[in-house]
Amino acid sequence: MPATGQTLRKIIAQSQKELLAEWLQAQLGAATLRTDLMKEGELREQSRELLALLQAATASGDLAQIEGSDWNSVRDFLAKVSRSRAQQGFSPSETATFVLSLKQPLFVRLRGELSKDAQALAEEIWATTDLLDKLGLFTVEAYVKSREELIQRQQREMMELSTPVVQLWENILALPLIGTLDSERTQVVMESLLQKIVETGASIAIIDITGVPTVDTLVAQHLLKTVAAARLMGADCIISGIRPQIAQTIVHLGVNLSDVTTKASLADAFSIALKRTHARLPQQLGATT
Amino acid sequence: MEKIPILKMGRFLLVTVQVDMHDQLAMQLQEDLTERIVAARARGVLIDISSLEVVDSFIGRMISNIAAMARVLDAETVVVGIQPAVAITLVELGLSLEGVRTALNVDRGMALLQERLADEQR
Repeated sequence: MPATGQTLRKIIAQSQKELLAEWLQAQLGAATLRTDLMKEGELREQSRELLALLQAATASGDLAQIEGSDWNSVRDFLAKVSRSRAQQGFSPSETATFVLSLKQPLFVRLRGELSKDAQALAEEIWATTDLLDKLGLFTVEAYVKSREELIQRQQREMMELSTPVVQLWENILALPLIGTLDSERTQVVMESLLQKIVETGASIAIIDITGVPTVDTLVAQHLLKTVAAARLMGADCIISGIRPQIAQTIVHLGVNLSDVTTKASLADAFSIALKRTHARLPQQLGATT
Repeated sequence: MEKIPILKMGRFLLVTVQVDMHDQLAMQLQEDLTERIVAARARGVLIDISSLEVVDSFIGRMISNIAAMARVLDAETVVVGIQPAVAITLVELGLSLEGVRTALNVDRGMALLQERLADEQR
């Protein structure tokens, strides 16, 4: 085991209580403290646990190799802390500061121990900085990872939320599209529409694009694909909710929608759908019964 | 040899594909069907592919071709019972079966054919 790090190990092992007190003081005094997101007691508990784990890890492990198995528990703990902080709404730098703020109390102690040997002091400080930086970076990485997981989950949820197929009337389905249409979403939309056509035996599907912000050639192509697939299942499609700007872009882009019935509003589309399916309206139903 | 049965129902021919359609079978069907249309003086052909779970571009084109041939012989073709997955595949392959009428099930398809016949007799 190299000589560097010995003093650091000693400090962490022997003066844990003092270290914790100084560290907490530094954290509580720092500008990045967020008492609105986290209680002092929780912070104290996390700091205490990290110090204890650090002691165990530094006692046996190599300071320069935090990927090693000796550091497993430290890494797991930091990942857990980052995850919870990401959920609590801390920023990445605030999360990293939790680890990095340990530097100052450690340096103070190191200076006290090695005040006579400048060479050793510099080496110890370097080893400590190196270790804490790595741990800090690890924390940020874990933070970003948990944020990405969150984003992915929300994307999945949005994907499911945003493609409802509703039955408006006997034989009439409506598909209100909200948000941008990319190929992945088109696939989901198409599948759910076709499935619903099979389930309900609908003969007309109204695709309402009021909530689609922009229609470019790709989106138009996706729409036409959906229409073609529905037609193969024996259902006619009506595209409704075409806003004036979108009508302009469609024509400017040269997209050919002439094979598809298009209507400006969902109400118009619905009324033509009722006509085509020879639907009986409530008054008429009431009259016959 | 395997063959796809062609049933005659009044002025219509009913073809139900119950087995996986391979290329040879499709060619055979094309030949049989055109002969039967002429022999039976059929006015409409209904092809039910509801048990077909896989299609490739060849089968897709065969269906198109059969419909076109039937039209030349003055018989309208309605393809019914296309599964969602099959519909998506066909569209992705760029085969949207232009000119072929489609319906959800045999009932609807039959109604379409009868409508056409009634229109003509009027």
